[in-house]
Amino acid sequence: MRKVYQEVENIAGNVINIRARDVAYKELAVVESSMGTSLAQVIRLQHDEVSLQVFAGARGIATDARVRFLGHSMRTAFSDNLMGRIFNGGGLPRDNGPALTDNLIEIGGPSVNPSKRIIPTNMVRTGIPMIDVFNTLVESQKLPIFSVAGEPYNELLARIALQAEADVIILGGMGLKHDDYLFFRDTLEESGALSRTVMFVHTASDPIVECLLVPDSALAVAEQFALEGKRVLVLLTDMTNFADAMKEIAITMEQIPSNRGYPGDLYSQLASRYEKAVDFDGAGSITILAATTMPGDDVTHPVPDNTGYITEGQFYLRNGRIEPFGSLSRLKQMVNGDTRDDHRAIMNSMLQLYADYKSTLEKQSMGFRMSEWDGKLLEYGAKFEKGMMDLSVNISLEEALDYGWQILSECFEPMETGIQSKLIDQFWPKDNAGAAEEKPELVEA
Amino acid sequence: MSKSNGTIVGVNGNMLTVQFSDAISQNEVGYAVLDDRRLMSEVVRIKGQFADMQVFEDTAGLRIGGPVEFTGDLLSVELGPGLLTQIFDGLQNPLPRLAEECGFFLQRGMYMDALPRDTKWAFTPVAEVGATLTAGETLGTVPEGIYEHRIMVPFALPGVLTVEEITVAGEFTVTETVAKLKDDRGEIHEVAMMQRWPVKIPITAYSDRLRPDEPLVTKIRLVDTFFPVARGGTYCIPGPFGAGKTVLQQITSRHAEVDIVVIAACGERAGEVVETLREFPEIIDPKTGKSLMERTVIICNTSSMPVAAREASVYTAVTLAEYYRQMGLDVLLLADSTSRWAQALREASGRLEEIPGEEAFPAYLESVIASFYERGGVVTLKDGSRGSVTIGGSVSPAGGNFDEPVTQATLKVVGAFHGLSRARSDARRYPAIDPLDSWSKYPSVVDDDLVENARQILRNGSEIDQMMKVVGEEGTTIDDFLVYLKSEYIDSVFLQQDAFDAVDEATSADRQKHVFQAIADLLNRPMQFENKDAARRFFHQLTQTTKDWNRVRMDAPEFADLQKQLENQVAEVSNHA
Repeated sequence: MRKVYQEVENIAGNVINIRARDVAYKELAVVESSMGTSLAQVIRLQHDEVSLQVFAGARGIATDARVRFLGHSMRTAFSDNLMGRIFNGGGLPRDNGPALTDNLIEIGGPSVNPSKRIIPTNMVRTGIPMIDVFNTLVESQKLPIFSVAGEPYNELLARIALQAEADVIILGGMGLKHDDYLFFRDTLEESGALSRTVMFVHTASDPIVECLLVPDSALAVAEQFALEGKRVLVLLTDMTNFADAMKEIAITMEQIPSNRGYPGDLYSQLASRYEKAVDFDGAGSITILAATTMPGDDVTHPVPDNTGYITEGQFYLRNGRIEPFGSLSRLKQMVNGDTRDDHRAIMNSMLQLYADYKSTLEKQSMGFRMSEWDGKLLEYGAKFEKGMMDLSVNISLEEALDYGWQILSECFEPMETGIQSKLIDQFWPKDNAGAAEEKPELVEA
Repeated sequence: MSKSNGTIVGVNGNMLTVQFSDAISQNEVGYAVLDDRRLMSEVVRIKGQFADMQVFEDTAGLRIGGPVEFTGDLLSVELGPGLLTQIFDGLQNPLPRLAEECGFFLQRGMYMDALPRDTKWAFTPVAEVGATLTAGETLGTVPEGIYEHRIMVPFALPGVLTVEEITVAGEFTVTETVAKLKDDRGEIHEVAMMQRWPVKIPITAYSDRLRPDEPLVTKIRLVDTFFPVARGGTYCIPGPFGAGKTVLQQITSRHAEVDIVVIAACGERAGEVVETLREFPEIIDPKTGKSLMERTVIICNTSSMPVAAREASVYTAVTLAEYYRQMGLDVLLLADSTSRWAQALREASGRLEEIPGEEAFPAYLESVIASFYERGGVVTLKDGSRGSVTIGGSVSPAGGNFDEPVTQATLKVVGAFHGLSRARSDARRYPAIDPLDSWSKYPSVVDDDLVENARQILRNGSEIDQMMKVVGEEGTTIDDFLVYLKSEYIDSVFLQQDAFDAVDEATSADRQKHVFQAIADLLNRPMQFENKDAARRFFHQLTQTTKDWNRVRMDAPEFADLQKQLENQVAEVSNHA
């Protein structure tokens, strides 16, 4: 039987200090007091003084609370029974189901040996043209969705969860509004995807320490599924809440802040989570999509800024659409050469023309005269935004490419698109009785 | 030195407080014992009987009272034949062999010999019995891949040494004794092919350090012509995320005209390292005809690997670079990214509760960065041959703002600044080095006057471009408009380079001279146009032809044809005069 300590010396923020011997760093303890029971983790040892971070928060903890060390660090259960279940950050059920205690695995484990990674080569289809066509998501990629409060980033994540080809979906919710949590649960349930989903959810009213545990628990479970050869998609929302939880705890711990109050190791902390994205040499893969809200729509804010240096590109979600400019999938060229011959051509020329449309818009707003070419661009821009950028559009990559050709042919002559003639011959819609068809006949006549 | 022991009295993150028994030294390596594992750590501060030690691993599970074994040595690397083609972590553990041993994950407390102990190398003695030598002079040679690896008098041996015995040519492992040397006090030192050297101390077993004045050709036109790097010089590449720092470094590591490239992937994405790991063995180096891996050493401490080892990784990398410099080779060290290393310093400093400087970086940040870059340089060795270490470090400034401490501290000590610009990368103008803000103190591969002329055009062109945004094309004179078109022309055909084109991706120094001269001549011709549209059309066409020219091999017959065609195109518009 392990010794019980009953003398709490200091309580500050979520951290309590006791005097104890033979305690291991990062060991877990159970703290019992009249207000309830909570897990706590050792975060500092100094001689016989032990600092414990209490997961449920220190509120209501008495100076004579009973502290019992468990002899192991944070673990979570792993088995196929996890599927369809919902847990809190600490791994306790949120869904009235039984607690799982078998096959416990450590969370926040070591990083993957880079020589056991392989260059990713598989596309993840999402049914969203702005992703599939223009910034293809690749298996094992880590990509954030940069957005601002109020944008439908959770809806976007839920849609990707439903449509992406993945064996297992793991959702990590941090600081979620309760409504959003219910939204995810209901959406996944209605579509039947819940049976291949595991959810770790921390809502905004839950203790802040549990927020920190969510990505680690989610990714530890993801890693186990991936080692079994499964393709795992991890959705994290919202990583800014995670960073803010870290900030809150670091400041209560009197750590020296580096930038806007965030701890100096923000980069390493975020990186150690995102870097769990992997394509194992000889096993499955983990793909991470994470919503990151940008406070004040400022991409130079420490959280999106550090994230951008870690992840393999980013999606900007603005005004309910994925912005084609600024959004980038760094891995797209590894897969978009093998999808269909016209993929890259459509991607490049449609974006190029959309950029031209944007500058035409600028000219228009400054009151410059619109030329014939400007007119074509304006027509094109409107069609592009409606047919491709709108988030409600839900078509396969091939359909999207065909639709791209159709938009182009409705607005332009083939040569105006700058696409090489070989592809034009092959793909330019023939049945479209647009200007492209009529002109040559006139010449012949 | 007798080895000291200690006991853990405090654990805070990866920082231990250890009470020690006998003398220890600053930066000494010790092992914190955790069951059957030993976690490597380094002394970073000593206060009375207590030492603060930074652990290179995760510290979970360590207890108060746990034992610490000191080694008496500073953090050191193994130097000897067999380093090339290897992939190490920041502490010089070979990652592929670790994977064989431990599988997918990096197990803490697993350390392996950097140099395989069972490989035999063909040693040929050079020094003769009775010869007097000093540290760094050659005892013998070993063929290592495409190079002749010099086995040298260990750098740590002081004074003049006499060769007492040296083996005949034969095959030896790196730990077998190949020579016995007598120092001036009569003590005998047994020397093997492998020696150890502490990473934080520069190797200075050369006779002279020289001024870097010879260009190091990277085959990137914008670099070699406008912002050159010198052999033995230093340069930095700051840039916001997505501006192409890593791609630029990868291109440089492929094409740079050096003997050996040491890549330090320090705190960056694992995926990028994997690309290098998997692709380099497949790419053939045109100079040697062997795979690029034959001239490469990779030190890889990606962002999720332990932070303290990240700090060590840049030192490990520069020490290996210095070692090969001692063999008269030109070495290029590419560190990506030094900001991550500075952040590792910041994390350690925070745990030590030191008084923070700007943005919580430690006050000694500048001097640490300066002493790192100062380890680059071109030297004359004791046998008169030359070797060099060139250091190129990328910097990842927070928010892409160059006013932050790491960029500023780096700018003070480097010889060239390749500032990447978000505007250029958004406009897909690669390499995205800003042609107006960047600078270099080294000599260019082409004539300075020509470069200055081109710079003038670029500067004026950019000003006119700004002005046109306000007054529109209508409000610009045709002369100004021509300058603008010329600057855009230089930008598209010379500054920008297509990394995906087999010819355009690498431009030799000779070709740069030739093309740059040709372009300057073309642009110097008087040109006259009826109106701006005509001028724009002309430059579009000229750009197209020049780009085609860039894609043709210099020895192909089309090369001269296309140049002729360019001259004709220009002649047509100057005949109007």
